[in-house]
Amino acid sequence: MELWDMKGHQLAEMIEKKEVSVSEVTRSVLDRIRSLEPLLNCYITVLEEESQTLARQIDKYIAQEGHPAPLTGLPMAVKDLICTRGVRTTCGSRILDNYLPVYDATVIQKLKDQRYLPVGKANMDEFAMGSSTENSYYGPTRNPWNTERVPGGSSGGSAAAVAAGEAIVALGSDTGGSIRQPASLCGVVGLKPTYGLVSRYGLVAFASSLDQIGPITRDVQDAAIFLNAIAGHDVMDSTSVKREIPDYTKALVDDVRGLKIGVPQELMVEGVEMKVRDSVNQAIELLVSLGAFCEETSLPYLEHSLSAYYIIAPAEASANLARYDGVKYGHRARGSRNIREMYKKTRSEGFGAEVKRRIMLGTYALSAGYYEAYYGQAQKVRTLIVNDFRQAFQKYDVLVSPTSPTVAFKIGEKVDNPLQMYLSDVCTIPVNLAGIPAISVPCGTSDGLPIGLQIIGRAFDEETILRVAYTFEQYFGFNQSPPLTNPGVQLTEDQKSQVQMSGEGRRR
Amino acid sequence: MDFEAVIGLETHIELSTVTKMFCGCSTVFGHPPNTQVCPVCLALPGSLPLINRKAVEYTIKVALALNCQIQSFCQFHRKNYFYPDLPKGYQISQYDLPLGRNGYLEINTEDGTRKVRIHRVHMEEDTGKLIHSGLTGRISEAQESAVDFNRCGVPLLEIVTEPDLRTPEEAKIFLSSLRNLLQYLEVSDCNMEEGSLRCDANISVRRGDMDELGTKTEVKNLNSFRFLSRALQYEIERQKKILAKGGVIRQETRHFDATTNRTTSLRSKEMAHDYRYFPEPDLVPLEISDQWVDEGRRSLPELPGAKRLRFMEGYGLPEYDAEALTSSRAMADFFEECAKRYHRPKIISNWLMGDFTSLLNATDTAVERSKVTPEHLTEMLKLIDEGVISGKIAKSVFEEMFNTGRMPREVVEEKGLTQIADEEELARLVAEVIAENEKATGDYREGKGSALGFLVGQVMKKTRGRANPELINRLLRERLGGS
Amino acid sequence: MSRISREEVEHIARLAELEFSEEEKEKLAVQLNQILEHAGRISQLDIKDVPPTSHVLPLTNVFREDEPRPSLSLEEVLANAAEVLDNCFLVPQILEEG
Repeated sequence: MELWDMKGHQLAEMIEKKEVSVSEVTRSVLDRIRSLEPLLNCYITVLEEESQTLARQIDKYIAQEGHPAPLTGLPMAVKDLICTRGVRTTCGSRILDNYLPVYDATVIQKLKDQRYLPVGKANMDEFAMGSSTENSYYGPTRNPWNTERVPGGSSGGSAAAVAAGEAIVALGSDTGGSIRQPASLCGVVGLKPTYGLVSRYGLVAFASSLDQIGPITRDVQDAAIFLNAIAGHDVMDSTSVKREIPDYTKALVDDVRGLKIGVPQELMVEGVEMKVRDSVNQAIELLVSLGAFCEETSLPYLEHSLSAYYIIAPAEASANLARYDGVKYGHRARGSRNIREMYKKTRSEGFGAEVKRRIMLGTYALSAGYYEAYYGQAQKVRTLIVNDFRQAFQKYDVLVSPTSPTVAFKIGEKVDNPLQMYLSDVCTIPVNLAGIPAISVPCGTSDGLPIGLQIIGRAFDEETILRVAYTFEQYFGFNQSPPLTNPGVQLTEDQKSQVQMSGEGRRR
Repeated sequence: MDFEAVIGLETHIELSTVTKMFCGCSTVFGHPPNTQVCPVCLALPGSLPLINRKAVEYTIKVALALNCQIQSFCQFHRKNYFYPDLPKGYQISQYDLPLGRNGYLEINTEDGTRKVRIHRVHMEEDTGKLIHSGLTGRISEAQESAVDFNRCGVPLLEIVTEPDLRTPEEAKIFLSSLRNLLQYLEVSDCNMEEGSLRCDANISVRRGDMDELGTKTEVKNLNSFRFLSRALQYEIERQKKILAKGGVIRQETRHFDATTNRTTSLRSKEMAHDYRYFPEPDLVPLEISDQWVDEGRRSLPELPGAKRLRFMEGYGLPEYDAEALTSSRAMADFFEECAKRYHRPKIISNWLMGDFTSLLNATDTAVERSKVTPEHLTEMLKLIDEGVISGKIAKSVFEEMFNTGRMPREVVEEKGLTQIADEEELARLVAEVIAENEKATGDYREGKGSALGFLVGQVMKKTRGRANPELINRLLRERLGGS
Repeated sequence: MSRISREEVEHIARLAELEFSEEEKEKLAVQLNQILEHAGRISQLDIKDVPPTSHVLPLTNVFREDEPRPSLSLEEVLANAAEVLDNCFLVPQILEEG
């Protein structure tokens, strides 16, 4: 087995036992990046030199000091909207094309404490707005399972990198499904923690009341290890919660006996593909066979989640993205005669179509005369959704559903139909509105494309969803890898030109 | 036709916290550009605001001192608009849930005490500073502008009155009472030159017999007491003229230009901003418990009204004196320090309202920065009582202390200002004066009492003011005999 | 629900400081209407008395003490600026005030 193809905890064990060096692991992943990146485009920035230098330093540290932390030296992809001091952070946008943060996000500081090893800044939908990673100034990322298809989004670069061996683990962010949906489409594990568990300081904001950072990994154990490293109160984030953080790896027990599982019928919606439905049902049957109690249930207001989300998220985004005005940092249009012209040109040149669409949508929803009908009403619906989940969790320990109603769709298939694209997140969005945790684990394939099972838990009860996911993983045994097993995979001329054509940010 | 003006004021006050409203940057005024800036106040991507507890405490104090209801649940909102001094593209402010509402401030006008109702008191953050290039420094003539974010994020209090003011004079009295109150509370230095107290006004004019308000204009940039009166006067006249001619007032925002003393239109109502307020998702709400409010109430210092009464009752000062001394906390504190050291409050009051105030005004000095301390003044008053110096000499001693900060005894000794207490010496001078002024002595002996004053003056002249007038009086009488 | 006209697209664009070509405006009006038609369904719900949720967390009163923290260096502050003059951020002419 190649090093790039191993799980994080396996590598960590080998590193600790000095069976392999961090430099070797890093080299293996960098080789993989070199060979696949022209095809997959998982990264906006690859830290080729820096990661090797860092790897040598970590090896030296391990040789001298001994004990590495669980994430020490594991090549990591960092979604490009998490601020990394001195390392370009673009958010997939032209407007931040040359932006160099002067401070580290809190999660990055925590990971640095563990001597993490970033190999690159992962591609994403611009400002995390999208479900396919097609809305990137740096071109779309391709799904390692089928390069004609999207990896999901917005953390598509992170998920594809972990699936393809271009990273061992990855950091993503999830506002309406941006960790779980790409994890599902790429056949990996994605965890969205409870709102307030992981600090948002240094996470470039899309929709502040919904955003949350989380891990994308190859298995549930890696997710638990990763969560241990990044969870916890942060004085720099007023919405971060003060509470005792458990050791999440202790929750990795393969036992779901007596657990009560609810299946919200509102998340088995019309648009859910037959094969996805079947896989999820089989997954449920497996859990039942392992001793869980399972029944259908109803959370009636969930059907309004998408509506509420596509008012609340763009509204918050319209304010969060007002700071990109060409004054303090980022792109500035040339040759403007006055400030208003400079604003308009800068923002129109700097933002892509989807970002502009959502800014317009959010601005409209907040504008005089429409606030109550849209934003006010959406906040009330949010209350009802929160209540629905609260009631459901009085009865059930977890809820399960498909993560995405479909498997990976074709690149270009939905770009001109925003509403269709938004429907990709129909199963994940309610979770963000309620601020509760959920994890996506692979539960099958359809025509060679992965399907994900979403397991939703009570607020701050990551332990139970990890336990269910872990148990499922143990017995389901999803051991498939994307068909990119040849490390020296050669691109056809056609594929090369495709990649080069896409993404204005790449043509410079 | 008889017109009445209706005025409401919107004031912005920078709180004197050590750090900014939402970050740990210093609020000290006058540092080089962009040296008090961090990811939060520069609106770097990913940064998050954190509420300064002290700023909330200060706001509670002000709201209580203005007799407001304290909102037990309040929230910050985002106020969205683009301007280069606003780095986030929104200002964190308060909207429908301000910290304080429905209060009042009592002001003393010529017609007696009046309550000016306070509509709301809320917290927000200040913006950065724009420096306009070009010779005039005026915005419209500059080809480009430079932005300094040092002030950006300084805690700002917004206090809005109801339209309860009727004249520019009343508006001025209100603003000065408000400033005094805030200085008593020690929550702001209210330095208008440094922009820590700023004022906008809403003005409308109506016929005397009408109940409903006329169309109002908002006048901005009234950043000194002088500007406030001038702008209000101009704007009231302007509106009256329009109405007298049967015209209509346009609802608009106007800018006061201090160089021309005029207000000019900035933007009309149609161009008014749509601020798209919504709850700030990066901050959690505030819950102001009764306990917190009680603590705030207990921590309030004695306010100007109460102090005035106490000065009248406790020190036996006339109302005029009490009003004058309490119109600034620093002056009131100065007085009380003096009163601890010297037993005749009215004498202290006379000196403070007289020589001290005129010297402060003449040199544009704040009480706190004066070189004369309560110790200086009271030591000097004791020298007068002991007969070491005369009241007249004391005036020059006081001025000398004011300029140099030296103690009165030093000044008196060095300049040889000690009163001539030696009776023999004085008797000699008295004899000289009698000899030199036959007519006056004659008049006095014939019963013209007023002639005595002239003779006393002549003796004083010879001593260059260093004699005790009562002593001279006695000596003259003894010499001249009679009544 | 009312439909967004092209004029409204222009008005919203002004508020958001964005500009669009005529073609883009047409397309945007169509797309925004599609989205709002879906999202606007919630305005039919009779939920007058439901309190709004702007925070899912049961948190209140999170404060920072009034203690100074170091500011950034000037170099860091200006590192990403498009144009700088005398340590200030330079912007083109400002036409109107406040």
